[in-house]
Amino acid sequence: MSTRIDQKFADLKKEGRAALVTFITAGDPDFDTSLKIIEGLPKAGADVIEFGMPFTDPMADGPAIQAGGLRALSAGATMKKTLKLLKAFRVKDKTTPVVLMGYYNPIYVYGVEAFLKDAKAAGADGLIVVDLPPEEDDELCLPAMAAGINFIRLTTPTTDDARAPAVFKHTSGFVYYVSVLGITGTKAPDLKSVKANVKRLKKHTTLPICVGFGVKTAEQARTIAETADGVVVGSALVSAVEKSLDKKGKATAKTAKAVHALVSEIAQGVRS
Amino acid sequence: MNTLPPNSFRTGPDERGLFGIYGGRFVAETLMPLILQLEQAYKDAKADPSFQKELDGFLKHFVGRPSPLYFAERLTEKLGGAKIYFKREDLNHTGAHKINNVLGQILLARRMGKKRIIAETGAGQHGVATATACARFGLKCIVYMGEVDIERQKPNVFRMKLLGAEVVPAKSGSRTLKDALNEALRDWVANVEDTFYCIGTVAGPAPYPEMVRDFQCVIGNETRRQMLEQEGRLPDSLVAAIGGGSNAMGLFHPFLDDKDVAIYGVEAAGLGLNTRDKHAASITGGKPGVLHGNRTYLLMDDDGQILEGHSISAGLDYPGIGPEHAWLNDIGRVKYVAATDKEALKAFQLCSELEGIIPALEPSHAIAHAMKIAPKLPKDHLMVINMSGRGDKDIFTVADILGVKL
Repeated sequence: MSTRIDQKFADLKKEGRAALVTFITAGDPDFDTSLKIIEGLPKAGADVIEFGMPFTDPMADGPAIQAGGLRALSAGATMKKTLKLLKAFRVKDKTTPVVLMGYYNPIYVYGVEAFLKDAKAAGADGLIVVDLPPEEDDELCLPAMAAGINFIRLTTPTTDDARAPAVFKHTSGFVYYVSVLGITGTKAPDLKSVKANVKRLKKHTTLPICVGFGVKTAEQARTIAETADGVVVGSALVSAVEKSLDKKGKATAKTAKAVHALVSEIAQGVRS
Repeated sequence: MNTLPPNSFRTGPDERGLFGIYGGRFVAETLMPLILQLEQAYKDAKADPSFQKELDGFLKHFVGRPSPLYFAERLTEKLGGAKIYFKREDLNHTGAHKINNVLGQILLARRMGKKRIIAETGAGQHGVATATACARFGLKCIVYMGEVDIERQKPNVFRMKLLGAEVVPAKSGSRTLKDALNEALRDWVANVEDTFYCIGTVAGPAPYPEMVRDFQCVIGNETRRQMLEQEGRLPDSLVAAIGGGSNAMGLFHPFLDDKDVAIYGVEAAGLGLNTRDKHAASITGGKPGVLHGNRTYLLMDDDGQILEGHSISAGLDYPGIGPEHAWLNDIGRVKYVAATDKEALKAFQLCSELEGIIPALEPSHAIAHAMKIAPKLPKDHLMVINMSGRGDKDIFTVADILGVKL
């Protein structure tokens, strides 16, 4: 099985540079603005796009992404609309890999089989589901693999050498290394420890390793890109959305531009 | 998937932490190694007689156990049917059943060398119990509590502070119990090395549902012994209120294999089960989903977004229920019913007037169900209601509803 994700990382390897993975909450602050943001991401320098599937109770996320999810939900976001957004994106973009990221309950309630079928049809390439550790692989990971969708696993500083093989066993596409103990977008990663951990995890897998949680600047991205195969930026982009809104929390003419400008800036860090 | 032998309802969960399809370990990778470590530590403690002996000592001398099994004579007379007993968990130190579980977990945390304890609380009862045990053992205690609940439950917030705990407001989402749980999980992820998460009910990732149940089983084990002493036989029915379900599970579990004992779990119907989100009845008004580490019945919309839940009792308005209850419902061993705010309030007043016992609003739901079924039962029917907590904390809420200014 080869997906757009595998193709993208193979291409980047030839180019000799790391990937920029960008996270945006689907439907934040509304469907149309979200589509405009996402459509401009590849041009701004994003190599892989993560669509956050909004959820009321995102236990692993910090204040920025929690708020983005609630904005999307109050603007009427649902799983169906997230998939509709992806479909709309795929009308113009057939090559940029898209990973759906979120929590299990909305998928479980949608129905695993129906979800995988609809997500694949909409053009999804991978899944990251925060509350499904390898212990629960038969819930979604194995069915996703069978449906031709990469199941991308989070690994953390607590994933030690003894546990690593179990974590990597059914992982495909790439590995997402969570650079801090904590939630998204709060602490800054300790770059020395990131380097050591990426090196350690490389002993267990040949998959590309992307590093995220707390990456906010071009400078951090540059340093991480030296050791990892990709850099994930999320909370900083969701914060950029938030800052661009008017007093009523509605999108403005600046919203998409603000996100694209930040992505361009960080992309330069990754590419230098 | 179900490995339970058909002749016992008491052997769950299986090695994956499942009761039928419910339970499990739906947590982020950062927490998974800790969950496995906790599971092992609990297994070791359970097999160590000195652990149980230490716990028994504190339950006796610090909590004041055993709690009485009390014949509620005037309520029995008034209802005119079943002979009603109260299991008096309201007489425990800190005023509710919560302390039974907290002491077990805190002793375990000490064994594991953890110095920092975190907990979530809704009404504040579990927070007070955790703060109490942490004060007793000199441990640092941080309690997460929804901003809305902090406003509603000021006396308990002050109690926790007196006991030396730090009360941190959960400001995200609906700012109630479910959000306090989210915040506690976020804290745990960020402080995995030194922190023990003391969960207050029979929910969360395995091994919590099993562990909390085991610590609360002291309620049912005592009831069994006391009923045999006082009536020479087992009770005919058990009734307990359910939010997450720890007081109920503690009473029910030791009787699950006694097939002649009818068991009723009473959920909070709030303003009515026909409302979209003005009740907290996860089983009678919700459907299966995955939240806070386990699969169980949840209150949610068609998109899988979690609803808040409402009850007159802040201790019951959690949008989920322990996974073992979900399983006991599906296999039909326990009958899950619901009582509304109004019914609970009526039971609260009746019990105060007839028995000289001001019940908490949580067990008032259990009394409300007894008021429905007891009159139709014969006089030799022995019924036990779990009086899971005392009502001192609720007098402000009740006064407010009755239009009385304090």
